[in-house]
Amino acid sequence: MFLNQFLLLAAILFCIGVYGVLARKNAVLVLMSIELILNAVNINLVAFGAYWNATDNTNVSGQVFALFVIAVAAAEVGVGLALVLLIYRNRQSIDIDDVDMLKG
Amino acid sequence: MLALLVAQNIAFYIIAALMVVGALRVVTCKNLMHAALWLVLVLAGAAAQYILLASEFVAITQVLVYLGAIIVLFLFGIMLTRAKTGTDDDLDNKNSAKFIGGGIAVLLLGLMGYSLIDGFKDTEFGNLMVQRTAQVSDSIFSTYLLPFEVLSILLLAALIGAIVLARRD
Repeated sequence: MFLNQFLLLAAILFCIGVYGVLARKNAVLVLMSIELILNAVNINLVAFGAYWNATDNTNVSGQVFALFVIAVAAAEVGVGLALVLLIYRNRQSIDIDDVDMLKG
Repeated sequence: MLALLVAQNIAFYIIAALMVVGALRVVTCKNLMHAALWLVLVLAGAAAQYILLASEFVAITQVLVYLGAIIVLFLFGIMLTRAKTGTDDDLDNKNSAKFIGGGIAVLLLGLMGYSLIDGFKDTEFGNLMVQRTAQVSDSIFSTYLLPFEVLSILLLAALIGAIVLARRD
């Protein structure tokens, strides 16, 4: 297996996630796209970790960082969905376009 | 050894194709619930790729945390915001914004793809060894002890913050 297989797969998923963040209007779907992006990064981390581990068998830093990213992603989704819920409660809609009170 | 490599490659490409299709459906489909279910496919595919990379603990954690917890959280979010259960045409930005988003994504993909192919041409994995869970825990609780503790504080803070934000009072 080539290292590039995994890196290119992660790049494709990352770009799909970026498209989702830019093209979607519903806040929950934007959060889902962010999850896609975080997952792409995780695949990169684990792939490089495995590549490094093949030369130095005691080193598992790639996996450790992937675990940290998973934990941070869980925290991010929790707070993000709480914010979405608050927006919904205040304006009965979770369209991001409607949240434009800062615009003059 | 060669047969194993061929099998690994076939598995990789099948799972990768499923993941890409799932991800495209997540960002294009018109039904919120279906988008969440396609996301399950992508996350499960990522767990399978971790198994292919011989990283067992991350794969299990992916299944537990992402498939188990985060998807359920998303489903709660969809239900609590009373989304339409059927198809909903009002999920996307207007077409011009979609074109710009697609252009940016394609441009980014071209740039990253070119630099990856240029930078890691023919880099092979060598001898992939199983990275054992014991090694991972040794590493977390020795080298990365401080980041681990900071992360627990972060999770606690996020938990309390989410409860405070979502609480009705």
